[in-house]
Amino acid sequence: MYKKILLASDGSEHSHRTTEHAISLSKAFGSTVEVVYVKDSAKVKSDTLHNWNKVGITDLQRDKFATVEQKLTEAGISYELTFLSGDPGPTLVDYANKNDFDIVLIGSRGLNALQEMVLGSVSHKVAKRANCPVLIIK
Amino acid sequence: MQKTLSYKESWFGNIKGDILSGIVVALALIPEAIAFSIIAGVDPMVGLYASFIISVVIAFVGGRPGMISAATGAMALVMIDLVADYGLEYLLAATVLTGILQIIFGVSKLARLMKFIPRSVMVGFVNALAILIFTSQLEHFENVGWIMYAMVIGTLAIIYLFPYITRAIPSPLIAIVAITVIAITANMNVTTVGELGQITKAFPAFLIPPVPFSFETLAIIFPYSLALAVVGLVESLLTASIIDEFTGTPSNKNVESNGQGIANIITGFFGGMAGCAMIGQSVINVKSGGRGRLSSLVAGLFLIFLIVFMGDIVSQIPIAALVGVMIMVAIGTFDWGSIRLLRIVPLTDNLVMIVTVLTVIFTHNLAIGVLAGILLSTIFFVSKISKVEVTKTMKHSRMVYFFRGEIFFASVTELLEDFDYNIREAKEVIFDLSGARLWDDSAVAAFDKIVLTFEREGINVYLTGLNQASSELKAKLSRKLSSH
Repeated sequence: MYKKILLASDGSEHSHRTTEHAISLSKAFGSTVEVVYVKDSAKVKSDTLHNWNKVGITDLQRDKFATVEQKLTEAGISYELTFLSGDPGPTLVDYANKNDFDIVLIGSRGLNALQEMVLGSVSHKVAKRANCPVLIIK
Repeated sequence: MQKTLSYKESWFGNIKGDILSGIVVALALIPEAIAFSIIAGVDPMVGLYASFIISVVIAFVGGRPGMISAATGAMALVMIDLVADYGLEYLLAATVLTGILQIIFGVSKLARLMKFIPRSVMVGFVNALAILIFTSQLEHFENVGWIMYAMVIGTLAIIYLFPYITRAIPSPLIAIVAITVIAITANMNVTTVGELGQITKAFPAFLIPPVPFSFETLAIIFPYSLALAVVGLVESLLTASIIDEFTGTPSNKNVESNGQGIANIITGFFGGMAGCAMIGQSVINVKSGGRGRLSSLVAGLFLIFLIVFMGDIVSQIPIAALVGVMIMVAIGTFDWGSIRLLRIVPLTDNLVMIVTVLTVIFTHNLAIGVLAGILLSTIFFVSKISKVEVTKTMKHSRMVYFFRGEIFFASVTELLEDFDYNIREAKEVIFDLSGARLWDDSAVAAFDKIVLTFEREGINVYLTGLNQASSELKAKLSRKLSSH
């Protein structure tokens, strides 16, 4: 059934729980997982600035996913890591629809209450507009 | 990181995206170019011509496709005093010299030294830049009525709220158009761009800056050019790294350094002020789909097209609208994350950041701030590594001193002052240096002194565990040490 899983993740603490669910689902259905991270233009400046002395030595974006990658590898799941850039909500919806995923897994948190009120939650946008089932992890 | 694009790919790999994003950037550039000219104290055309020429030239010679360079606030702030004291001609000459210095930096591969600027200095740099851009706007609020305040607030409201309606057109442009229309239709008596300088509806023309070719001229412009060259490279290389991160592609920092130099030389000869890469505009460009050199070319050409054909409208823009845009630029430039991190980051890093900011605010010169920040972090670094740990243990009838740390000019004074000569009943002394490293002649001299003190008491000292580099140094420098 769920052969192709899109795991939307930002590598944060919150997203680790989502990873656990992706692992369980993948084991149950023998599915492949694609971890997708949307780089937000609003964050790239501070990311670069705060890691200034690491820039060019390590891959900043990939570093965030060390824990996620480790969890998936330990569980023996075959996965891919994809970086997209743009406005997170629409970019994820577009990618999920174009690549025929069977299910999208996404965490419900990440932004604070104020940001969520103003920007609307990314998970809500994805749930509303993706063509496949969306599992929101609380 | 993905592979580097070929030069051809960097031009024609993303034609549609580059043209669209270039247009968006041109629209966003106009208000900033005018506002930065006002900060520098020059005619709006100086910033507009600079933005046109720099973005077009950088399209060809830059090292980071997709990055936008033009007249910037960081550079404008450095040139204020030069313009006030000596006038535009000297600014143009200084701009050419800035370019020459940047090429020298690029050719001598100094650009990679930028990597050694500590993180906290970089954070201090952007924070100081943001604060100065903000404070430079305060003079526009002197002796004005409520209309000015209302217009600035209106501008900011449109800038921050319009994106919820559409993101297709940059909201600062919508704000400027809306405020201008309101000011004209309501016939408000507010200061406009036209009152601060003529908008010339013409392409820039070549001219050699009319300054005397003398040593005196050089002495006037050199300090400014050096500061401009450094500030321009710092912001350009920071911006290049941000775009590298966002697009996941590498860039050539030395080529970029040369490119900035070439762009500034040409700008100086066409009546433009020195510029550099712009963090905000570059992010707008890549966010709008721009990736290649074409985006920067389109931005420059579309900008000059708008000025030449619509210059009359530009001169009607109320200053209040530009002040609103500059406040937005200041808010966007400031690194708000650094405030949240104040409690987590080590105290010395925070001090470096704050000293960098304060130095810039007092000197109005970002280059001096960077220098002060680097000096302070060097001092902290030296004091951190200059702690030498000495432990004593009695083995048979020998006293073994174990040294751990870096032994060099900054650490020897404390080492000598705190050295414990009390060896109780021991007949001999052994210095175990396997955990230490001797760096310079003062390290050797310090050991000479300690050994001599023991020898005066008739006690022999033996050295063990010197690593090869340290023992070679000691062999070269030592006169009194008798190693075995």
